[in-house]
Amino acid sequence: MLLEIKNLHANVGNTEILKGIDLKVGLGEVHAIMGPNGSGKSTLAQVLAGRDVYKVTEGEVLYGGKDLLELDPEFRAREGIFLAFQYPVEIPGVNNTYFLRAALNAARKHRGEEELDAMDFLTHIREKIKLLEMDETLMNRPVNEGFSGGEKKRNEILQMAVLEPKLAIMDETDSGLDIDALRIVASGVNSLRGKERSIIVVTHYQRLLNYIVPDFVHVLSNGRIVKSGSKELALELEEKGYSWLDETVPVSERA
Amino acid sequence: MATPANNVETLATQEYKYGFVTEIEQETIPRGLNENVVRLISAKKNEPEWLLEWRLKSYRHWLTMEEPKWANVKFDPIDYQAAYYYAAPKSKANRPKSLDEVDPELLKTYEKLGIPLQEQELLSGVAVDAVFDSVSVATTFKEKLAKLGIIFCSFSEAVQEHPELVRKWLGSVVPYTDNFFATLNSAVFSDGSFAYIPKGVRCPMELSTYFRINAKETGQFERTLIVAEEGAYVSYLEGCTAPMRDENQLHAAVVELVALDNATIKYSTVQNWYPGDKEGKGGIYNFVTKRGKCQGVNSKISWTQVETGSAITWKYPGCILQGDNSVGEFYSVAVTNNYQQADTGTKMIHVGKNTRSTIVSKGISAGHGQNSYRGMVKILKNATGARNYSQCDSLLMGDKCGAHTFPYLEVKNPTAQVEHEASTSKIGEDQIFYCRQRGLSTEDAIGMIVNGFCKEVFRELPMEFAVEAQKLLGISLEGSVG
Amino acid sequence: MAIALKESEDFYLKDFREFEDRQAATAPAWLSKLRSEGMQAFAELGFPTTKLEDWKYCNVSPVAGVRFVPAPYELTDKIRKQVKELPFAGLDCTRMVFVNGHYAEELSSVRDLPEGARITNMARALTQEGAVTAHLGRYAKHRRHPFVALNTAFVEDGAFIELPKGVAIEKPIGIIYVSAGGTEPWVAHPRNLVIAAQGSQATVVETYLGIDGGVYFNNAVTEIVAEENAHIDYVKFQDESESAFHVATMLAYAARNAAAVTNSIQLGARLGREEVTTVLDGEGAEAYLYGLYVTNGRQLLDNHTAIDHAQPHCSSREFYKGILDGKSTAVFNGKILVRKDAQKTDSKQSDKNLLLSEDATINTKPQLEIFADDVKCTHGATIGQIDPESIFYLRARGIGLEEARKLLIEAFASEIVDHVKFEPLRKQLKSALLAKMRS
Repeated sequence: MLLEIKNLHANVGNTEILKGIDLKVGLGEVHAIMGPNGSGKSTLAQVLAGRDVYKVTEGEVLYGGKDLLELDPEFRAREGIFLAFQYPVEIPGVNNTYFLRAALNAARKHRGEEELDAMDFLTHIREKIKLLEMDETLMNRPVNEGFSGGEKKRNEILQMAVLEPKLAIMDETDSGLDIDALRIVASGVNSLRGKERSIIVVTHYQRLLNYIVPDFVHVLSNGRIVKSGSKELALELEEKGYSWLDETVPVSERA
Repeated sequence: MATPANNVETLATQEYKYGFVTEIEQETIPRGLNENVVRLISAKKNEPEWLLEWRLKSYRHWLTMEEPKWANVKFDPIDYQAAYYYAAPKSKANRPKSLDEVDPELLKTYEKLGIPLQEQELLSGVAVDAVFDSVSVATTFKEKLAKLGIIFCSFSEAVQEHPELVRKWLGSVVPYTDNFFATLNSAVFSDGSFAYIPKGVRCPMELSTYFRINAKETGQFERTLIVAEEGAYVSYLEGCTAPMRDENQLHAAVVELVALDNATIKYSTVQNWYPGDKEGKGGIYNFVTKRGKCQGVNSKISWTQVETGSAITWKYPGCILQGDNSVGEFYSVAVTNNYQQADTGTKMIHVGKNTRSTIVSKGISAGHGQNSYRGMVKILKNATGARNYSQCDSLLMGDKCGAHTFPYLEVKNPTAQVEHEASTSKIGEDQIFYCRQRGLSTEDAIGMIVNGFCKEVFRELPMEFAVEAQKLLGISLEGSVG
Repeated sequence: MAIALKESEDFYLKDFREFEDRQAATAPAWLSKLRSEGMQAFAELGFPTTKLEDWKYCNVSPVAGVRFVPAPYELTDKIRKQVKELPFAGLDCTRMVFVNGHYAEELSSVRDLPEGARITNMARALTQEGAVTAHLGRYAKHRRHPFVALNTAFVEDGAFIELPKGVAIEKPIGIIYVSAGGTEPWVAHPRNLVIAAQGSQATVVETYLGIDGGVYFNNAVTEIVAEENAHIDYVKFQDESESAFHVATMLAYAARNAAAVTNSIQLGARLGREEVTTVLDGEGAEAYLYGLYVTNGRQLLDNHTAIDHAQPHCSSREFYKGILDGKSTAVFNGKILVRKDAQKTDSKQSDKNLLLSEDATINTKPQLEIFADDVKCTHGATIGQIDPESIFYLRARGIGLEEARKLLIEAFASEIVDHVKFEPLRKQLKSALLAKMRS
């Protein structure tokens, strides 16, 4: 088991957002987490990556059998956890290629591998740029600065392809994408599927799952996973809408 | 889990590194300012009559002026009668002829500052003029430069050795009537640097002055004059530090640059005067007038400044673009942390045809710092084909600081092309978290973000200075993110 | 009506009474109510004067001073023939053609619609229940804007497009307003409504073409609604006759993760005023506003844009360009409002102008109103001439002076059209633009 989340509770300020999440993700599996806005999907993604505005109040997370919550964000990253951000951050003046190389080298150093110099690195990423149909000039621009919404999301997947994580968490990567960009992003992700890599796809829309077909679908509502199933669950959800979930929420929790 | 705030806080407790005081015998004259003090300063420096007259003219004019109030800075009234207007290390009667004669205490001071004058002379290719309080204590590489006809010496020395040059150019860019602080400087300036690059000579090394305020309750009023004759080139660096003292000290310098036909002057400053403590006590009032005149055709003056120190900074290095096709540039990074205030920017006055100017200003505010960009672009009637590009970016760290932008634009010629861009953004946790999620440490992340923001300015600095500036910026800002 | 109109505005009221009577039998109650609200508001607001900040450089007294009659609908063979030769006519796509503001079914072609999609003319849509009732008049502020008020009072025809959830229409949908001046000055009030449901996607082109000269006044209002995750690319191409008046108010509303792209090209009309307002009302919504205005003679073209960042994490990109010649005047006013809760807003605006004549005037004014503290906003404006060095470079390569100038001007203009995604349309637009600029 690559990731094991047990009874995870997390707050932002005094408000509890995650109210006891249990989830197991095996190596090579693709899990989709769906749910209405405000259900806690993004919070879960950020907590796994170590964002400290969220305070874990209860529960535990094991990653490869080790306590994940103890680790600083950069160590989680170096240990192979990758978060594709819902809102990728711009870093003006910092060259996209330089940034990505620094990230890759931080991970390589951590694994005791030799760091890549600029030339080797360029060879390393060229193919991946093509795969994601990225405009190469974007690589020489500052990180995400002036990128369109679609370009930012593609850049996230490029980073994922280069960093080759063990666990990739995609936080609403499909949001705001037009059909063409969605296809490109999905094919990028599909090319990274494999026995050695697990993927958690957090999404609000069923549409993405037409392109990235998950092994498991979980529905998150009000800070809890209220339903789990196969990919058909997503279709059912699409048909019935999220309001259907209200009926699945325990009566005591209903507003 | 360590938060970025915690990590950085430990680094932030690092004190101002240059805050020590050198115990050295000082020669001062009585406190206060009057005509006698002006005469005394002039006499101490054995100045010719015309210079004394100029000082007195300035002093009399100063009495009619009022301290300007328009800058976006706040400070208690300065008591101009309470300060000392002259302080000098009391060493040998005459200026030392070589470094061997310099007081060893002084040499140690510069070593502590990271400017080992002796080694400097032997090793790196930078000629240094060191100004301690009001007087120049040492100038390196003089002989080598002299062979090329380049004059690089203290201002006092220039008055003695090259009076005709000083007389010709002094006040030609910043007239003694210019503004309150420049006029004060004209009356009481004590020393500074002088550089003269003759026709067609490309100065083979960076010229550099390190200014150090050491004495208590002393105003520092140095004056720098650089003249580049036809086709000449020079790159000049200026660095500044001061000890930590509880009271505010006034620094009112004047810098004048003149570039004749096809000449280029690059002037870089890394200003790190003592900024005051965390509660805003003490620190230098840095009220400086810097101006360059592109007098000749195709001449170019480029200002680059990294302003991290001082309690209050009030300076607008500008260019008068008089010669046709002349170019003015201003690249600035100004950092205000804790209770520092900065009101800085530039003036680009387009007089000649096809004159071009570029302004890139980066303001970083942290803590309770207040940072204002004030820039003027003036395109006069005959400046056909003039162009200006201004870019003005502010970075806020935390929510108690402020960034303000005051662009002034006066266009009197319809063919002018003027472009202005401005942005304000906040460095935040989310940028740092993004970097950490990609495996980078907090320190690397902050360094990367801040240096990225300032990149366009740093690349204008000479190599060694750029490295120093980056480090300085890191120290000035650490503890402000989180 | 409580407030008396000025004499010049009085006939609108008279026309409105007649219009109301004519429509009384067929109009549903909600529509009659909306129309009289419009008239009431116009009566109160009157025509704007240059004393109002938003109309400072746009004097509409020439519009206010003309007695316009309601637009006559006459489909002559001459018009039929001319429509066939119009730019965009050759584009293989759905199109609705309007002649003097009235739908001309025989010239239109609406086909290959995906299931659930509706593309029809407003006159018909108004008689049907559904989305029109819920959306019409919800975004354009007829209570505050005199021209929107006037349009709302006389709302009758226009285009109605409704895309169902998840549907993407690849080929552009054309809305073509052909205007032929008659013996008397006439006015039309085209009203368009585009509703894109969750995850849908389409490109729409709204064009105004003057074919027969004459004095007329098109007072258009377009409302665009992009629901969650929808993508709408909206192109507006204005090439009215040279003595015509054109006032257009466009409102785009983008919900969470939606994108609203507007691309507005203004070439014609004696007085043209175009307002584009985009409201970003859901996290992650994106706005792109592109614009080009080309003026000559004594033309006045005014572009007013507003981007309302109402929610966090939205981004907006605005690029406008102007090319001014003769004694013409152009106005660019770009307002960016970042509301208190709209943290992490990322907004970029630029307006670049090329002055080809010393007598042309450009008034450009960026206007940033920021109430959130964690935002990134950039704005820039340039005014300049053709770079003499570039001209010289081209001439040194053997290109004549006039040709060199044209090339550089066209290159400057093309940058805006380049943002239109659908390639055949982009080509059509470019050639129409170049043809116009060369004439």
